[in-house]
Amino acid sequence: MTDNSGSTNENGDEDIPFMQRLLDNPLLLLVIGVASPMLLYTIWGVVEVALIPLAN
Amino acid sequence: MALTSPEKRIWWNEPLSKIELTWIVIAFLWGLTMFGTMVYWHFTGEQNLSNEAYRIRPEVFAERTEAQAEKYKVREEGDTGIPVVKPPAGSDVYMLARRYEFWPILELEKDKQYRLHLSSMDVQHGFSLQPTNINLQIHPGYEMVLTVKPNKTGEYSVVCNEYCGVAHHAMVGRIYVVDSKK
Amino acid sequence: MAKDFKFRTCPETGLKVHSQADALIKANAVVAVVFLAIGGLFGLLVALTRWPAVHMLDAELFYLALTAHGADVLVFWIIFFEVAVLYFASAILLNARIVLPKIAWLGFILMLVGALMANVAVLQGESSVMFTSYVPMKAAPHFYLGLILFAVGALLAVGIFFGTILTAKKEKTYEGSLPLVTFGALTAAIIAVYTILSGAIILVPTFLWSLDLIPHIDSLTYKLIWWGFGHSSQQINVATHVSIWYATAALLLGAKPLSEKVSRGAFLLYILFLQLASAHHLLVEPGVSSSWKIFNTSYALYLAVLGSLIHGLSVPGAIEAAQRKRGFNKGVFEWLRKAPWGNPAFSSMFLSLVLFGFLGGISGVTMGNEQINLIIHNTIYVPGHFHATVVAGTTLAFMGITYLVVPLIFQREIVMKGLARWQPYLFGLGAAGISLFMMGAGTIGIARRHWDITFSDAPLTVDVPGTAFMMMGLNGVFAIMATIGGAIYVVVVVASILFGAKRDEAACKANPVVTAGGGEAVASYGAEEEHPNLSGTIVLVTLLFVTFVLYYYVNWKFLSEVWPLS
Repeated sequence: MTDNSGSTNENGDEDIPFMQRLLDNPLLLLVIGVASPMLLYTIWGVVEVALIPLAN
Repeated sequence: MALTSPEKRIWWNEPLSKIELTWIVIAFLWGLTMFGTMVYWHFTGEQNLSNEAYRIRPEVFAERTEAQAEKYKVREEGDTGIPVVKPPAGSDVYMLARRYEFWPILELEKDKQYRLHLSSMDVQHGFSLQPTNINLQIHPGYEMVLTVKPNKTGEYSVVCNEYCGVAHHAMVGRIYVVDSKK
Repeated sequence: MAKDFKFRTCPETGLKVHSQADALIKANAVVAVVFLAIGGLFGLLVALTRWPAVHMLDAELFYLALTAHGADVLVFWIIFFEVAVLYFASAILLNARIVLPKIAWLGFILMLVGALMANVAVLQGESSVMFTSYVPMKAAPHFYLGLILFAVGALLAVGIFFGTILTAKKEKTYEGSLPLVTFGALTAAIIAVYTILSGAIILVPTFLWSLDLIPHIDSLTYKLIWWGFGHSSQQINVATHVSIWYATAALLLGAKPLSEKVSRGAFLLYILFLQLASAHHLLVEPGVSSSWKIFNTSYALYLAVLGSLIHGLSVPGAIEAAQRKRGFNKGVFEWLRKAPWGNPAFSSMFLSLVLFGFLGGISGVTMGNEQINLIIHNTIYVPGHFHATVVAGTTLAFMGITYLVVPLIFQREIVMKGLARWQPYLFGLGAAGISLFMMGAGTIGIARRHWDITFSDAPLTVDVPGTAFMMMGLNGVFAIMATIGGAIYVVVVVASILFGAKRDEAACKANPVVTAGGGEAVASYGAEEEHPNLSGTIVLVTLLFVTFVLYYYVNWKFLSEVWPLS
């Protein structure tokens, strides 16, 4: 298929850059894609709502 | 092709073309500019929503609103005799939202500051001040406190713009802004 | 192993197609179109009621129709279609089998039952709570249950997608990285997981509350988590329709991404940050801090907008490069003039790209500013914006790809080609008109979700500017146009599936829908041509950028004139 690769697939993927390995890893992307908004939007937001003080 | 795997096994190291790089830099800087504009407006702009809010039971908020109405009522209006309330400039003013009215009518003075307290008695309502076009969300159980400074005299409508029930479209309130000399 | 499964080979693309993938795509796409037809009809009723001179439905029916319209097109139509896209992008593009097809069918049935249940609840009249169903307004329990079943079914479908791409990797049905279109679908699937989780977290307790098993649901917390579901579901659309843009450009013109790195990097920005825009709905709520609002509403310093702007360059750029490669190289715009504008698959795709960028994108980012939202929140500007994104953007893109799915998956010829040719223009123009006039009316303060802007039942009068009446009338006119375009789409698609000539191998050769040899002829550029001429695309993105900046600051000017607040 291609002759541009530095090594064949059988030789392992060590030469593949980190970012490409990240983008080729669906489950890792899933974890960070769910964790990011859960943390930044949902949890941060719910904590702010929970901390609204009582009127005196 | 976009429908097949990349031809090169390692595609991450391919160089960016000048056009792409330029566009990415411009788009990124524009993003920072927009972000910066929001932050900047907090320091220099005159229209920022306060973060001041409290949890409050609807009955308590209603009591405070009624007490204010009793103290500062100047007249009544409409078929249902809605009180028009004119609290002193600079003071705390209360307006409640409930199906299907904003109560009471307020009369404020131009260029004076007021601490406006808003809350709902039942479901969520929208506070849409027209024609100046300021829109806030009102929740039951929460009291929003914001400082307003009316900058033009006239008759303003408060339109409910959050669906609140079958007569939602009849839910209207009013705020008068008058010259302070009167 | 894979051998045990039934496959056919697509005569046009050479892809191996798993029979279960075929059947699942057909079922989900057909049901999607049915919900589009139902939801679209409700939409027409809504627009005709908001046209002051027509004012068609009474108040109760109006709020009922508006709730049904939102649920049917904003959720059911698009998610069913997206499930079809997920199966297409996984099993078919990867030459793979669908894993656990029985679970996939279970997902389909749950989604269908859920969608029907929610519709029944709305039509019974006790659940006119709008698509957002803000507590403490209460709907019938089976309204929430329907949404929950639908979400569980969708989650199963997303799980099958993940299972399919992982199994394909293990069974080596493809080599190297996922195709870009599949990667875009993966982005959509990831956003879908967060979307459905948010929906479950808030709708399950709300369902129990509607049964009086839980005493109280906090309205602010509900709204915050609900929008993680409600807004993110629309971000699934963005990822999906961008993938469809790439797919259509590749299928019709053999367009190849300018840079895999850049396009995938842009999708990564979506995965990380796009969902934060759920905050757009909470910018004028009490008690949520400005830090939270600014950070989230800006998708973390506008990094997801950066992603969209990148696609905004690379999609037309890929088309321009491919067209120039095939010889349309004169001047700045010959590549665009000579594009297949008579092919509804292409015209839909390109109109979707332009309308989404210029109308939907710019308005969305502008009104999503913390302070500018003060002059826009809950006005009819908001539906104006999302009709540009979801109708002119997503729906039009989905319509376009259907003109390829019918011949390739249903293996039927498109019938009534003359009508089909005009369909995207009618629908696109209609959708653009709806968006613009609603945005216009919103700018002068007209409320969304409102039955009567004359306020004839109200105890106090309201002065509504005459231009608002004119704009709501024009909105109605363009809604009729969009409805005609939508109806033509439904009729053409259904008639093609039922009565279209079967496409056997000979028919595919005689009348290919995938550009003849296009893939191979153009796919090879890149290496030998490091810097394709993109002058037309540069003009387009410059125009977009200038419009964006001007419109953005015009709205700050509007804001600066309202009452000072602090």
